[in-house]
Amino acid sequence: MPHLAVNDLRAKYGALEVLKGVSFSMEKGQVVALVGPSGSGKSTVLRTLVGLTPVSGGSVTIHGDEIRYSNAASVRRARDQMAIVFQQYNLFQNMRIIDNVTVAPTKIKKRPKAEARADAERLLAMVGLADKLNAFPDQLSGGQQQRVAIARALALHPEILLLDEVTSALDPELVNEVLDTIRRLATEGMTMILVSHEMAFVREVADKVIFMDSGAVVEEGLPEQLFDAPKTDRAREFFGKILRH
Amino acid sequence: MERILEQIPRFFTADNMALLLQSAGLTLAMTLTGCLIGFGLAFILVFLRQTPGLWALPLRVVCITYVEVFRRIPFIVVIYLVLFFIQTVASDASLFTIAVISICIYAIAYTADIIRGGLESVPVTQTEAARAMNFGRLRTLVTVTLPQAWPVILPPAIAFAVSFIKDTALVSQIGVFELTFRGKELNNQGYSGILVFGTIAMCYFLMSFPLSMLGQYLEKRLATPRGERSARKIRRA
Repeated sequence: MPHLAVNDLRAKYGALEVLKGVSFSMEKGQVVALVGPSGSGKSTVLRTLVGLTPVSGGSVTIHGDEIRYSNAASVRRARDQMAIVFQQYNLFQNMRIIDNVTVAPTKIKKRPKAEARADAERLLAMVGLADKLNAFPDQLSGGQQQRVAIARALALHPEILLLDEVTSALDPELVNEVLDTIRRLATEGMTMILVSHEMAFVREVADKVIFMDSGAVVEEGLPEQLFDAPKTDRAREFFGKILRH
Repeated sequence: MERILEQIPRFFTADNMALLLQSAGLTLAMTLTGCLIGFGLAFILVFLRQTPGLWALPLRVVCITYVEVFRRIPFIVVIYLVLFFIQTVASDASLFTIAVISICIYAIAYTADIIRGGLESVPVTQTEAARAMNFGRLRTLVTVTLPQAWPVILPPAIAFAVSFIKDTALVSQIGVFELTFRGKELNNQGYSGILVFGTIAMCYFLMSFPLSMLGQYLEKRLATPRGERSARKIRRA
């Protein structure tokens, strides 16, 4: 049984169908990369998984357990198992770094304060920010904020980590510090779905690449397969354009 | 002019001043009580107004209607409405209570829009991050949205309360012994209108001015990004 199975997932923004039946599955410990042109629905897939964009059809199962997005309790369970990191970090601007990381574990998951704090300190040290515990988000660089956002997501101990273009908003020299963090998580066996434009990075860490266009999966396969020998014309055209240089 | 000069020693007696001070206190007490309770209730109104889902549609309609209606009625009409309504259900209600309720009703309508605007100034991505971590609506409001909305909400809310200090003069119409009512009384006792109402004008100014200063101070303080503020604190330490 796959860890996560997405079957014919559909979503609409008003009348516009942004996901037209997306299907894929992944095993525990795998890293799956969603790639494709802007507006192809990659980010929407992640948003629907955590119930931020309403689902209009299809099914999502984790460990064979179906998530019903019309049911609040079921969505809560889904959010318990998946944590998302956003392109714009979305750290809580009114909270110190340490509080950003401990607020959900203590208030939502009801873990003891001391335990959550120790865990947060460990995670922040892992992302290289042990000295910023008491800073506010607006005192950190984009790369640092994004690493905090990753620590905040990890503090929820998710089964699956969703990374939505986490380096797209960063200055080029800050991209690597974030990629290093993700690379480390991949080697530690974290199950991840990442939406990314960093093709070299995707090739390096992904176990499976899914190429999307216009709200549907066009082709999926191993990174080498997809990048070097795409079977579909659309994929060939896309990778031809972006991998040329 | 001579008459005024001649009246001054008679007017500024301890008794008269005590009367004025007492009614100024009453004015301030009515305004603050009414506005504070109104402000609190306005939060509840805004929260209810933002309840999602089809089942909550009537609730949203009621909340929006309340704000739209009461913002379009003159305050004096609200006062009379409350007066006659309360007198039919509880005839022994004090005029002070009636005045405070009127202020409250009016303050809810005005501050609800201030609060809503403040909450909407917080990027929706902040709410999304909270929702994705299973925060409920109330918890998101209290721990994420509201702390960030304060700098936007507080200055106009204080400005509203300060300007309302003078608008409470209207409750003198139903016979509450607030400042303006006392003025009319003293005027009727034969004191010069210029003298009496000049003094009263001064009283209103002395009540509102420090409060507006406080409002401006808060505005400036809140406008400083939190990061800078704590950086300054750290440097000072």
